[in-house]
Amino acid sequence: MKTQMFAVFAGLALLLAPSTSRADQSIEQVYEVYCVQCHGLQRNGTGVNVPALSVKPRDHTDAKSMGDTPDDELFKAIKEGGLAVNKSVLMPTWGHVLSEDQIKGLVKYLRQVCKCGK
Amino acid sequence: MKGLLLAVAGLAAALLGSASAADKLDPSCSGCHALAKPADTSLDRLLTRKGPDLWFAGSKFKKEWLVAWLQDPKPIRPAGYPYFKTVKKGDKNDVPDPSKIAAHPKLKKADAEAATEALMALKAPADLVPEGIFKGEMKGARMGSLAFVKFRGCVACHQGEKGEGGLSGPRLTDAGARLQADFIAAYTADPQRFDPHIWMPTSNLKDQDIQRLTAFLVQLSQGDK
Repeated sequence: MKTQMFAVFAGLALLLAPSTSRADQSIEQVYEVYCVQCHGLQRNGTGVNVPALSVKPRDHTDAKSMGDTPDDELFKAIKEGGLAVNKSVLMPTWGHVLSEDQIKGLVKYLRQVCKCGK
Repeated sequence: MKGLLLAVAGLAAALLGSASAADKLDPSCSGCHALAKPADTSLDRLLTRKGPDLWFAGSKFKKEWLVAWLQDPKPIRPAGYPYFKTVKKGDKNDVPDPSKIAAHPKLKKADAEAATEALMALKAPADLVPEGIFKGEMKGARMGSLAFVKFRGCVACHQGEKGEGGLSGPRLTDAGARLQADFIAAYTADPQRFDPHIWMPTSNLKDQDIQRLTAFLVQLSQGDK
């Protein structure tokens, strides 16, 4: 009986795990496509465009500065660009490219990256 | 009703025209480039395609540039295409990884001319690249330069004047020689109309900004020289 129960739970876990990780992977892909060019493969503000930038992109792994920034400000910065939150014009507006759900997903993803909830 | 029939006939003719033009290209071109407007415009497709879409090439490129470039193709995107697959971690920041940047095939003169002719026949619909959308006013170029570098942040991803700028977008140091002015204006205004998930944002630019930026880019033609 114990073995059967274990098998059922293991099967359930297998069924559930791919859908969860696929959703995470998808928002990670969104980050890879749009954010990595400036925020970098390591998510710490060291993207391939950085030598050309007069303002260093935000280090998304910085728990302190990211922790001080509320979710709605992150959402607004992504959707409306840096100027909308009194930051650099070099952070563009992504509201025309990304859906509201994708932007919400990115905010959630940023909390994983910085290991800081808000 | 008559108008509708004419519109349908025109659309069919345009599609057939594009199809036959694409057929004249070497089949290997379609291995990397979409030569007809793709039905699938998802992010997944963008993640798997190997080269930029060319179904509007005839409204994008300048013919003389295309003939020359196909004979001596140099990377247009300094970080490679797509950049997120061709960069690696560097000492201070991410850098392009040359081992991941594939060279574009080099064509002989006659083949380059034939391919150019076929590509130039791949026109964007008139409402995508409206003729005359760039009004031709070049006096705004100086303000366009400031918008490019300071006010609109284009320089974050594109190299402009003096080759200064980011690497993830196409190099624009020769934009005026490479691109048609109306395409520059239409694409800058709304890149997602061409390519719904492309990593160039639409920046809510006013028409005056578009005109000035286009004027600035139109006069860039020297490339790396």
